[in-house]
Amino acid sequence: MTLDRRSFLKLVGAGAGAAGLPMIGRAAELMPKGAKRVVVVGGGYGGTIAAKYIRMMDKSIEVVMIERNDHFVSCPFSNLYIGGILKDLNPLTIKYDKLAANHGVKVVQAEVTAIDPAAKVVTTSKGTVSYDRLVLSPGVDFRLEEMKGYDAAAMEKMPHAWKAGPQTVLLRKQLEAMKDGGTMVMTIPLSPYRCPPGPYERASMVAHYLKANKPKSKIVVLDANPDITSKGGLFKKGWKDNYEGIIDYRPAKKVTEVEPGKMTVLIEGLEDVKGDVVNVIPPQRAGQIAVAAGLVGDDKNWCTVNPTTFESTKQAGIHVIGDASNAGAMPKSGYSANSEAKVCAMNIVALMNGKELTEMSGINTCYSYITDKEAVSVAAVYKVADGKIIAVPNSGGVSPADFSAAKIEAVYAESWLRNILTEMST
Amino acid sequence: MMMKWRGWALATGALAVSAMAQAAPPSAAMLSNACAGCHGTNGGSAGPTMPSLASQSKEAIEAAMKKFKNGERPGSVMGRLAKGYSDAEITAMAEFFSKQKLHVTSQSVDAAKVKKGASLQESNCGRCHIEDGREGKDDTPVMASQWLPYMQMQMADYLSGKRKMPEKMKEKVDPMSKEDLDALLHFYASVK
Ligand SMILES: Cc1cc2nc3c(=O)[nH]c(=O)nc-3n(C[C@H](O)[C@H](O)[C@H](O)COP(=O)(O)OP(=O)(O)OC[C@H]3O[C@@H](n4cnc5c(N)ncnc54)[C@H](O)[C@@H]3O)c2cc1C
Repeated sequence: MTLDRRSFLKLVGAGAGAAGLPMIGRAAELMPKGAKRVVVVGGGYGGTIAAKYIRMMDKSIEVVMIERNDHFVSCPFSNLYIGGILKDLNPLTIKYDKLAANHGVKVVQAEVTAIDPAAKVVTTSKGTVSYDRLVLSPGVDFRLEEMKGYDAAAMEKMPHAWKAGPQTVLLRKQLEAMKDGGTMVMTIPLSPYRCPPGPYERASMVAHYLKANKPKSKIVVLDANPDITSKGGLFKKGWKDNYEGIIDYRPAKKVTEVEPGKMTVLIEGLEDVKGDVVNVIPPQRAGQIAVAAGLVGDDKNWCTVNPTTFESTKQAGIHVIGDASNAGAMPKSGYSANSEAKVCAMNIVALMNGKELTEMSGINTCYSYITDKEAVSVAAVYKVADGKIIAVPNSGGVSPADFSAAKIEAVYAESWLRNILTEMST
Repeated sequence: MMMKWRGWALATGALAVSAMAQAAPPSAAMLSNACAGCHGTNGGSAGPTMPSLASQSKEAIEAAMKKFKNGERPGSVMGRLAKGYSDAEITAMAEFFSKQKLHVTSQSVDAAKVKKGASLQESNCGRCHIEDGREGKDDTPVMASQWLPYMQMQMADYLSGKRKMPEKMKEKVDPMSKEDLDALLHFYASVK
């Protein structure tokens, strides 16, 4: 919804019109608040689910979901697109119309620019929105101060593709345009970052593409971490069996600077590496809006939350879920965001109705493709113990080391995607 | 003394921690909602190789989870996840899903196979897979509207011995041809 000047004047009253617009100190309230309202910021893996489940559990709570885009493109499976296995991003794209129609979620397409926790109001590019409780699921933004030279222009030359959409398309185009015998360089930041196994899955999918289409080419992986951060044994076996000579994995190589003009990346000022295609995955922190609201903890990067309600320990009435939160043992994955959103939704409904809270129980299940027909997984159940989220002892883990389940898991992974995206969009 | 402690707790925020400790243990809905990322909201699956749990029999889910837990039933992530739950939690989840409305799928099925499957069901399977598979005797699973690719994968596991068939089922399945079995599954998939 956009307001032209005339209807805006109608909304704020003729008096203001006569006196001129500058009389209004604050942007107009976009939609007057009724008795109980939750505002959700972000329409991704966490936000859609929080909005939907609050409405499923209590129709008396008005839910306004504010998202900057009119659609959402899933990062999960975007590596398959880069590797040429998916033709386009359509199967990874969702819209919000059914969330509105089926559950009465009020979807507003706008950028949230500020939060006033005392007044309980968020400012958006379209006006202000008041709330009783606020849920933030803004995902990640980049710590660009730790990657010298990586500005907006550099991103167009050396894409991150760590937020799915145009960046993902750009990286695939560059890979397709690369000559046979070329080198792609990929950089991985120190953990924690969004999706621990994601970079290694990407290396696998790129290698899959190169093997079939440009067999003289290779991918150099510069990992700031001392070793593969997730499913390490499985990736190493997968790479050895399929991509020997194609994936050149170099641990403990922390890239701190880029030179887009030369297509090089610099490792702590000591060594530079040049690529024909360069994929820079910068260090990350909670989405900017959560940082600006003062919600990050001592590490200055991730939002500290109560593990039962996901309410911020810094600001009452604001809940943070998904990648932006520090959810103890739960990894920064789409499945975690989905699971956290439901815990948060259930306890927000309890809080708003003066009812007893329920202890959290959560799951993460995450598949990574090694080839177009083989995938490996990690899965775990989570609970709270001594005020922290932990993995339930003696449960969870990764796929069998001999890849005996890899073919079936590649099949299950497709249903995983169908289900989780359907949950988010219907 | 009491007052003093409360005042201190309020001031330092320690009260929030004590309130947290008072949260009720995970309810059936809390436990079950976490499954929905893979099995669909309220257990209605949108993924053809992932079974719907909505309206599944309580006993069947309990039996499946316990077999996943002790390794008797093969499953990729399910074995690892089932170990994360106590028997009481498994029962709570099983009850939750059994109370959900049947998730009716519209899958493409072969009409001739459905017809053949219907008569095979009646003469061979109907004593346990009651009401055209809408209900199950004891821990026999509900089959109605279940995803065909999922059922075909399970049947393959039964036939290869990866998954152990119940005695009564084995008696009926052994004499049947692959075509008969496939027809049966098409029939169950078509039941609304
Ligand atoms: C390559 C790759 C592969 C991955 N694969 C998997 C996988 O296989 N399985 C898995 O579980 N996870 C995977 N992940 C991780 C997953 O994508 C994230 O963990 C998940 O998206 C986190 O959800 P979220 O809600 O925190 O953030 P997001 O899903 O990113 O949603 C955030 C939303 O908030 C919006 N937003 C942010 N700030 C504002 C603002 N100020 N105003 C308005 N809107 C705003 C954004 O536009 C966005 O739509 C992968 C990630 C990557 C990069």
